[in-house]
Amino acid sequence: MDLELFMQFLINGIALGSLYALIAIGYTIIYGVVQLINFAHGEFFMVAAFMTMWGVSQYGMQLGVAFPLATLLVVGLALFVDRTVYRPLREQKTSSFIGAISISFLLQNLFVVLFTSRAKPFPHPALLDEVINFGTVALPVVNIFIVGVAIVMFGGLFFLVQYTDMGRAMRAISKDMEVAQLMGVNPNRVIAFAFIVSALFAAVGAFMYCSKFPYVDPFTGAIPGLKAFIGAVMGGIGSIPGAMVGGFLLGMGEIMIVAFFPDLTSFRDIIAYIILILFLLFRPGGIFNVRMREEKV
Amino acid sequence: MKNMPSGNSYMTVILGGILLVVAYIAESFFDPYIVRILNMWMIYITMVVSFVLVYGITGQFTLAHAGLAAIGAYTVSLLTLPPDAKMVSFLLQTPHPLIANAQWPLLPALLLGGVLAAVVGFTIGAPALRLHGDYLLIVTFGFSEIIRLVLINLPSFTNGAMGLKGVPYLSGLVWTSAAALLTVVLTNRLINSSYGRALKCIREDEIATEAVGVNLYRHKTLAFVFSSFFVGIAGGLFAQVLGTVDPNTFRPALTYAVMTMAILGGIRSLSGGILAAGIYTVASELLRSVEAPRMIFGYDFPGLPGLRQLAFSIMLVLLILFAQRGLMGGREFSWDWIRSKLKRKAPEKDGGEQ
Repeated sequence: MDLELFMQFLINGIALGSLYALIAIGYTIIYGVVQLINFAHGEFFMVAAFMTMWGVSQYGMQLGVAFPLATLLVVGLALFVDRTVYRPLREQKTSSFIGAISISFLLQNLFVVLFTSRAKPFPHPALLDEVINFGTVALPVVNIFIVGVAIVMFGGLFFLVQYTDMGRAMRAISKDMEVAQLMGVNPNRVIAFAFIVSALFAAVGAFMYCSKFPYVDPFTGAIPGLKAFIGAVMGGIGSIPGAMVGGFLLGMGEIMIVAFFPDLTSFRDIIAYIILILFLLFRPGGIFNVRMREEKV
Repeated sequence: MKNMPSGNSYMTVILGGILLVVAYIAESFFDPYIVRILNMWMIYITMVVSFVLVYGITGQFTLAHAGLAAIGAYTVSLLTLPPDAKMVSFLLQTPHPLIANAQWPLLPALLLGGVLAAVVGFTIGAPALRLHGDYLLIVTFGFSEIIRLVLINLPSFTNGAMGLKGVPYLSGLVWTSAAALLTVVLTNRLINSSYGRALKCIREDEIATEAVGVNLYRHKTLAFVFSSFFVGIAGGLFAQVLGTVDPNTFRPALTYAVMTMAILGGIRSLSGGILAAGIYTVASELLRSVEAPRMIFGYDFPGLPGLRQLAFSIMLVLLILFAQRGLMGGREFSWDWIRSKLKRKAPEKDGGEQ
């Protein structure tokens, strides 16, 4: 493989990796504070993409209006689901899994019923379709945006977690919920806040992802959601740097498989699952070897 | 059970015999549509009871049903499809010589489907059942998806995403009800044996169970492999009744459907599972008619595809939030139960099947 072709794959790998990392943050934040795998995260992603598309195509909104509205809606949805489903089931481990699975299933099917399962084009700024050429290497503008947005989001998250009261409370809760409560942290508020952040990342991730792969249908969230989840597990679920690194490596790895082993292209989802299983079996703490609170079954 | 084991087994055999005779008669006299619904009910019973054994009784939440059923379905379809019918399905690909000319009778094909599902179940369970909670759930889910993706990517065996058509209908209501009956009876026997008591112990408290000298891992694996076998059989019959198999049938949605039935029935109860499978099958058929586009009073209704799944997912959320004990909780219909009812007052209803 010549250098130019490799550069091309590298550019795509960086973009896809950043996307997975963005989405993976949503899983890891929730897992960090409640030890819940939010199966519905991919569906929050889908709802954000779908509602943005719907606002533009149905009500003729500007993208700059439709996307913030869709984001608000998803944040509201996440809070609603947390309050009505996850919170009542918080003490029951298996039931909360089932709750999360059923919410994911419910949202997918709700959107199939409301909007049919036909894929619809995702409206995105024409600027993002441009390509900058460096000799024979093409750099899609959308990739620059993805990486830029990811860096800004990660920076914001770092500041939030490290330097704000809410961030401190989140870290405290994830270390030891009881002691955090004794110190005056209200876990329900912190968890709700975690859902807000997670939904925000889902929405931004959805916008960037669908600008790159510009179609939406009710199952749009499933595959990126799953890949991001695998990324989060790779890095060590519950850890924010873990999700960034894991998501990035998975996206990069996926592109590199296509680059170096084109025969395995159709096996890349299988490979992703195998990575997931191997990590859970042999290194459940992920690359960063995150140790979570003792789980209550 | 404890007082009169022989009497109870006797009754079970008689009732089972009657059911099979009824099934035989129903097959030839009932409307094919009704027979199809009954077939689906029986197949779902087989799947749900297997789910109840692993989750309800042993307390291991696994999500591999769809993949295991796919193993059975593909085995049975490939072995029972006549060679020339195979050529019709395999348009882009020549079938692998191993299966190209195979044509087996149904029974060995079904059994092989079950055995292969059990072997795969062991391969999944052996590593996964050492894990707990989230990890177990995800690993089994991942394995199930791997099976489906492998089926898509092995076109010389499975015809890839296009699936197989024209699977000959060699089974029938007698087969499906015999499979359901056998699963229920054997699972019930297992649950009420010393193994079953160990399994329930594992569900309640793993550490205490281990302390009494029960090999946790062996028991969990036993329950999982046992149930995988029947899921494989159910999958094989599923392919028989549908007449086609393709990888899409075995998406996680199938596992969720089985899980929904088991929870509706009350997760620890075989009778509840049987009942819930019936309700699910019938409700699913009723909703199917709402999904289809049709004319009502001269208006053109476009139909609502996806409505069934939506209704079931709403039901699942409501069950898990407000009615975790489902229809039956942990109770069972049993001969002893019927007898105790009979002693107290005149019989009200038929006691169900066990």
